Amino acid sequence: MSHDSYNDAYIREILNTVKTVAMVGASPQNVRPSYFVFKYLAERGYDMIPINPGQVGKSLLGKPFVTSLQEITRPIDMVDIFRSAEHVMPIVDIILTLNPLPKVVWMQLGVRHDEAAAKLEAAGIKVVMNRCPKIEYGRLSSEIQWMGVNSRTLSSKRAPIPTQGMRLSLNRSSVGGGSTTAADRVAQLNNKDKNDTA
Amino acid sequence: MNDRIPGFGTLAVHAGAQPDPTTGARATPIYQTTSFVFNDADHAASLFGLQSFGNIYTRITNPTTAVLEERVAALEGGTAALAVASGHAAQLVVFQQLLQPGDEFIASRKLYGGSINQFSHAFKSFGWNVVWADPDDIPSFERAVTAKTKAIFIESIANPAGSITDIEAVAAVARKAGVPLIVDNTLATPYLIKPIDHGADIVVHSLTKFLGGHGNSLGGIIVDAGTFDWSKDNKYPVLSEPRPEYHGIKLQETFGNFAFAIACRVLGLRDLGPALSPFNAFLIQTGIETLPLRMQKHSDNAKAIAEWLSAHPKVAAVNYSGLSDNRYHTLARKYAPKGAGAVFTFSLKGGYDAGVSLVSNLKLFSHLANVGDTRSLVIHPASTTHSQLDDDAKTRSGAGPDVVRLSVGIEDKEDLIADLEQALNA
Ligand SMILES: Cc1ncc(COP(=O)(O)O)c(C=O)c1O
Repeated sequence: MSHDSYNDAYIREILNTVKTVAMVGASPQNVRPSYFVFKYLAERGYDMIPINPGQVGKSLLGKPFVTSLQEITRPIDMVDIFRSAEHVMPIVDIILTLNPLPKVVWMQLGVRHDEAAAKLEAAGIKVVMNRCPKIEYGRLSSEIQWMGVNSRTLSSKRAPIPTQGMRLSLNRSSVGGGSTTAADRVAQLNNKDKNDTA
Repeated sequence: MNDRIPGFGTLAVHAGAQPDPTTGARATPIYQTTSFVFNDADHAASLFGLQSFGNIYTRITNPTTAVLEERVAALEGGTAALAVASGHAAQLVVFQQLLQPGDEFIASRKLYGGSINQFSHAFKSFGWNVVWADPDDIPSFERAVTAKTKAIFIESIANPAGSITDIEAVAAVARKAGVPLIVDNTLATPYLIKPIDHGADIVVHSLTKFLGGHGNSLGGIIVDAGTFDWSKDNKYPVLSEPRPEYHGIKLQETFGNFAFAIACRVLGLRDLGPALSPFNAFLIQTGIETLPLRMQKHSDNAKAIAEWLSAHPKVAAVNYSGLSDNRYHTLARKYAPKGAGAVFTFSLKGGYDAGVSLVSNLKLFSHLANVGDTRSLVIHPASTTHSQLDDDAKTRSGAGPDVVRLSVGIEDKEDLIADLEQALNA
């Protein structure tokens, strides 16, 4: 499938079904994006596992750091990769040795590796690249609207009152595919430029 | 479920708004509060650290204002928006994120007189140097680019003369120079022109005008198109470098394609302080619900009046790009096919005195310094909005001494024409 843009239904289905999320490259520093995302997803009820070999022995928001994906004994639904593109392939090779395989591999905002994605998809794993699960969760639930962000969703239903640790409904009606926005068009052009020069 | 692309009218009514979680209220409540309680210390810390979405204090976010912000972002096709206290505040906050003292930006000469003043004097005192270019001569923008240029600023439909700027041509200059294009879309509104579709990276509005639309509330807004890469050349350290006030967060890395709107909020609005009142946000978003209906009527009325004036023996010239003999008509048909807006100027054969007498004899048109009200408005720019410019600059910005500006309202056009007729004949 194309990874230039995703329709909301694809992202919604992933965020609605995964439970256990292992984050490769989770940082204990509270100003790093990985920390933000880890904390947010934990607050929304996901079972988060931080992976960072440099932090073993410590824990992140009460969850002990582990060295590698292979060390995790329970099935992982989704791997969230917080490493730059050049580090992706070796991680993907490890992912493909897991049993059971995860259902989803998610690469963070700014990370895209089409070859790795093809390999994962050949094994039946869903892939999301160059997106942030915190932003997408906030967008589809419209919680991100507090910050003036365009959620690109509409709803005439009364929203539940958000409380801590609560999962929010992501089932609002979406207003058009990602490719309709200027931002996504530019991202696609930039990516095309990169591929053309590569 | 397929993702539908709703029409403009649907977004104008629904985008950003949802029945209130607590009460079920269908209209957006006015959250007239300065501050919001935290769940606990950790919640407070994560809000202050930008780790969670939520409200702290109305100078930074407010749930009523947030509805307005998402609505305008959706109508313009942007990733996010930030509402502020006025159109001028929006311009101040935008430039504060982009410019360091000693930097330059290029601006069209054909702008609202207040913007010409803001750029020439207030901004100059911050060390932000404006370089003027002529929107009727696109190469003049290119010639103005230097190593210090950080942005280009134009109006889609320019106040007061209603001329249309070739947004795509200026966007091409901005792209080549590696700087963002900022478009003031106040007079067009996204109903007539969507600058982001033509290459704008940032859109600003005075919400005071057609968006609010009822002449009752000041406001301004900044829309982030999400199209500009702030980290590419290290020219915009506010977005690409660690922010000391947020313990080293890098805004573009953290917020991706809406980082500019976040910078405007958590640095610009937070530190400069021009917050919009939630009550004004409520009035303005209520106004936006009828924007498509009003804007079409405004434009249709304006065209009828411009045509009628063109045929009047006492009128020397009518500058309305919706008329087929206007020099901007081709641009108007390309950029604003639904209508050329409601603000235009005309001049009288009787010159300055005839203009003054017309303004004082009108009975339905109100003589005041605003545009974009439901009511029809009239002004003599040379003695008011543009009075602080020298004669040369007045003429260049389309506000010569014989010029009268109309902002045509949504009354019945026959009544407006009858009023102009009696005033011209008085
Ligand atoms: C085109 C344009 N931009 C900006 C402004 C400034 O807006 P405000 O008066 O809301 O500060 C105005 C006000 O007349 C305007 O007409």
